[in-house]
Amino acid sequence: MTVENTGRFGIAESTASASPEGLHPSAGGPIATLGGKPLLSNRGPLNLDWVKQVRVNTSAVERRAQSHVLRRTVKKDWQVAWLLRAITCMDLTTLSGDDTDERVRRLCAKARHPLRQDLVKRLGIEDLNIQVAAVCVYHHFVETARRALEGTSIRVAAVSTGFPAGLSPLSERVEEIRRSVQAGAQDIDVVITRAHVFGGRWQELYDEVAAFKQASGPAHMKVILGTGDLLTLRNVGRASMVAMMAGADFIKTSTGKEPTNATLPVGFVMTRAIREYAQETGMAVGFKPAGGIRTAKQSTEWLALMKEELGLSWMKAELFRFGASGLLNDIERQLEFHATGRYSADYRHPIA
Amino acid sequence: MSIAEKFVTMEFGPAPEESKEALSWLDRHSRRFGHFINGTWVQPSAGQFFDTNDPSTGEKLASVSQGSAADIDAAVKAARAAFSKWQSLSPHARARYLYALARQVQKHSRLLAVLETMDNGKPIRESRDIDIPLVARHFYYHAGWAQLLKQEFPEFTACGVVGQIIPWNFPLLMLAWKIAPALATGNTVVLKPAEFTPLSALAFAGICEEIGLPAGVVNIVTGDGSTGEALVKHADVDKIAFTGSTEVGRAIRTATAQSHKRLSLELGGKSPFIVFDDADLDGAVEGLVDGIWFNQGQVCCAGSRLLMQESIAEALIGKIRDRMSTLRAGPPLDKAIDIGAIVARVQLDRIQKLVNQGIAEGATCWQPQIEMPARGLYFPPTLLSNVHPTSIVAQQEIFGPVLAAMTFRTPAEAVELANNTVYGLASCVWSENINVALQVAAQIKAGVVWVNCTNLFDAACGFGGYRESGYGREGGREGLLEYLEPAWFGSAPTLPAAKPSPAEKSEEETDASVPAIDRTIKLYIGGKQARPDSGYSMQVRGRDGEPLGEVPLGNRKDIRNAVEAARKAANWGKSTAHNRAQVLYYMGENLSQRRDQIARGLAQAVGEKQAAAEVSAGIERIFSYAAWADKFDGAVHNPPFRNIAIAMNEPIGTVAVICPQEMPLLGFLSTVMPVLAMGNTAVAIPSETYPLITGDLYQLFDTSDLPGGAVNIVTGYQSQLLKVLAEHDDVDAIWSFADEASAAAAKAYSVGNLKQVFTNEGRAIDWFDPKQGEGRWFLQHATQVKNIWVPYGE
Repeated sequence: MTVENTGRFGIAESTASASPEGLHPSAGGPIATLGGKPLLSNRGPLNLDWVKQVRVNTSAVERRAQSHVLRRTVKKDWQVAWLLRAITCMDLTTLSGDDTDERVRRLCAKARHPLRQDLVKRLGIEDLNIQVAAVCVYHHFVETARRALEGTSIRVAAVSTGFPAGLSPLSERVEEIRRSVQAGAQDIDVVITRAHVFGGRWQELYDEVAAFKQASGPAHMKVILGTGDLLTLRNVGRASMVAMMAGADFIKTSTGKEPTNATLPVGFVMTRAIREYAQETGMAVGFKPAGGIRTAKQSTEWLALMKEELGLSWMKAELFRFGASGLLNDIERQLEFHATGRYSADYRHPIA
Repeated sequence: MSIAEKFVTMEFGPAPEESKEALSWLDRHSRRFGHFINGTWVQPSAGQFFDTNDPSTGEKLASVSQGSAADIDAAVKAARAAFSKWQSLSPHARARYLYALARQVQKHSRLLAVLETMDNGKPIRESRDIDIPLVARHFYYHAGWAQLLKQEFPEFTACGVVGQIIPWNFPLLMLAWKIAPALATGNTVVLKPAEFTPLSALAFAGICEEIGLPAGVVNIVTGDGSTGEALVKHADVDKIAFTGSTEVGRAIRTATAQSHKRLSLELGGKSPFIVFDDADLDGAVEGLVDGIWFNQGQVCCAGSRLLMQESIAEALIGKIRDRMSTLRAGPPLDKAIDIGAIVARVQLDRIQKLVNQGIAEGATCWQPQIEMPARGLYFPPTLLSNVHPTSIVAQQEIFGPVLAAMTFRTPAEAVELANNTVYGLASCVWSENINVALQVAAQIKAGVVWVNCTNLFDAACGFGGYRESGYGREGGREGLLEYLEPAWFGSAPTLPAAKPSPAEKSEEETDASVPAIDRTIKLYIGGKQARPDSGYSMQVRGRDGEPLGEVPLGNRKDIRNAVEAARKAANWGKSTAHNRAQVLYYMGENLSQRRDQIARGLAQAVGEKQAAAEVSAGIERIFSYAAWADKFDGAVHNPPFRNIAIAMNEPIGTVAVICPQEMPLLGFLSTVMPVLAMGNTAVAIPSETYPLITGDLYQLFDTSDLPGGAVNIVTGYQSQLLKVLAEHDDVDAIWSFADEASAAAAKAYSVGNLKQVFTNEGRAIDWFDPKQGEGRWFLQHATQVKNIWVPYGE
């Protein structure tokens, strides 16, 4: 079905497909629209003036975040639709020291069938073919995941570059990316050297991310800023800008291993940076909040944030992902409540 | 639309708040309300009712009583009867009642929020998350003041019966702002809610019943403007507190001028919202959402004048437009809308008319293509750019979701534009540079300055305006003072009426047959002795009727010159408090040196004993105010945010002082010194009893390093000069310490620019008694509190 252009950002998409198929067309075409303008995939030079102009007032951002969750809510069928959308934007993740091939295969099975079949029928959404966007694992399990997801359009994402600290030698980090891409990873989640941000060494940060980008080749690079480490929102804003200039396809909040991970204030700063970058350069960069998003309610808050700050293009897996492991289960329970009118229990849904 | 379709469009969809409870509350009252008088519900004496409607649907919600003068009289009588017992309750007992009100508001918070939204049209998010929590907070905070009253205000007493008239934009919140401090300080209340929005006040009356508040302490009389007028004019009301339009505020000032009613006014605004080039622009845009697009812009302190530094104007306008496009207008009970309904048709028409006028005057109008409800009273969020200070939309309060944008080049120009208004309620300053932000905050003429934030309110922080935005503060310690007066004041004896002054010239003008006297006194204007414009003098006679000398007969042109000189001397207010103290001490020193000479002259008019006493007490008084100059500190309030709110005592500006007649020297010093100490400039009209004191005073000033123009003295007939001063729009406050007629005239003639009025109500003040004649009471009236909110955090 075709969607009318209703908002500020315009909605260029004309497909109802939830399938991630055709994500990130490889050559040069528009991948999003903002204010009716088509936007390209990202690549740009370092502009230090722009980095230095970043202004973020922490209190103002926090007030925005506080009022955001009270200003917007979705109810009933709309809530169902939004939760389904959240599933399709999910990078279903396992990043534990005790991961095994079998554990990863179980996760991939859940990725293919995130919802119980009877629930899908009751909600009348068989045609939507709801699947998660990607499965996110360590390099060691890329191959396993690729095989387990064969025949689907679910992508394999690998965390890389010495995740989560990112402090191994640069050559090894770059090599890790190459190996993951060779092993079949379509998304590469890299971490930046946080010290470059603290030291204001923007050129070094740019060079680092640019090197990662080159190594990623056709794979899509998500740049993890480690916002829980960077701490100040101004640092987050500046690092976002440099990562985008250096070719990030996505900017991502955190590793999930920091003391605090994806928070709404950080989300506002990063999405505003993405918007400004798009308006100035005509290039679209995606956003991935990761870590700490565990409830269905949080997922709709994040989606509402994307709708408000960036528009419908950024409410799809092409430009928006959740990095999450426990979120799916809560969404399942909420959807079952919608379908049956009874509150659900987590054991009623197959584990990932 | 199926789930699959919704999955594609990702619209928000409706999220209605339940109205069942509120409707059944209305039904329980048979949708018909009497007045709440003396603890019971009474039918309107004239038997008249009017409808209150839901502005988002036009549906009638209930019938409400039209209050007549007889209803007001019954309510005032009930309040009067309840007063002495309520006032004499222990502070702790009153604290318990206020605490119970706070708890009860919280317990019924959702009912109150829904009722408020239905009656007013404001989004449920706002009534639920902002209005009602602030109501509860206000009662909690003032429960605390009730508890501490005796320790903290030992020399003060309640005003008595307070008439309170509140607007429709924040019905229950304005009720709380009025009732909580009044009750905490021991006053009893007759409150008239706005005609458009009486329901939450009536629900509050029910809460008063529920907690067993003594009958008559709170009385609620509903009605229209005529009901309010009856309350204002009622002879047995001791104070009127009003929030509403400047126009009505003026009418109330006029109507109460002939009475001793105290008055606090919280009126309109055209508040500037200043964005510097180093601001967080996205943050500033959200500030506008919380400012001009809060409560549909029907907010007296709405940041309605956007002042943008030129270099970021284009970028900011772009961001504002983007953000406006994501605002959602809809049914006020929808939990996910930003813009609700305008309260009444007449308001909607007024907004449209002003916007049309702005466009006709050259403004560019931009409105986002967002969905607006098909029925009900709605106005889309509107941006008017290319607005110039001359445009009506830059000057007049629109009271709608309409932002008027213009640019500035430098911080100095930003301040100039910000202050280019008759109002002075609130302002916002956005800059990431604390130097810029605080420098500008200090210069803006407004009672509230929000740095990098907007529309933050708290019971602990004073709220109220400069200039024609009214006088008095609500909230904080400063707000409490509006409901208290010095305990001795009410029983002070009334001064004899001054002898009427001749219409134009005096028959006592220089009489050629009287031999010339040795002293030639002139006016003192701008630090120089000046001959009067009239070219006439008036004779001064001693106690025994013998001529003592002549003083110039000042007229309106002399006043004009004096006010001009006072305005030019505004740097006095910017000098350090230490510096002002030094000058005052020096005056004391010099007065001490000349005491014999001055006492000798003064003795001819008031007798030797009083003259000597006046000089001695005068020296002491000067020392007192020299001491106070650097000690009348402001405060740092503690609102429940990560924020400091600095309450700064600022000078009011140019203060006209009608000096006491009975004590030519001490009276002058007692009234002019607090004005000077706080950094104001003064135009003083000395006592007619012995205006020759002027000569002594200006010699004193000239030898004490007082900058020219800080004090100006115009001799002549006080009553004539008072009128000119009270009517002068560049005079910021008028103090009258002469007879009752002078006090009434000061109030009546001050309505033009709503200057602040401080009078003795014609009562005799014992100037020799420091408890009566000096100190904080005077300093409070010589200053106005500016609350500067500075959130912090990185």
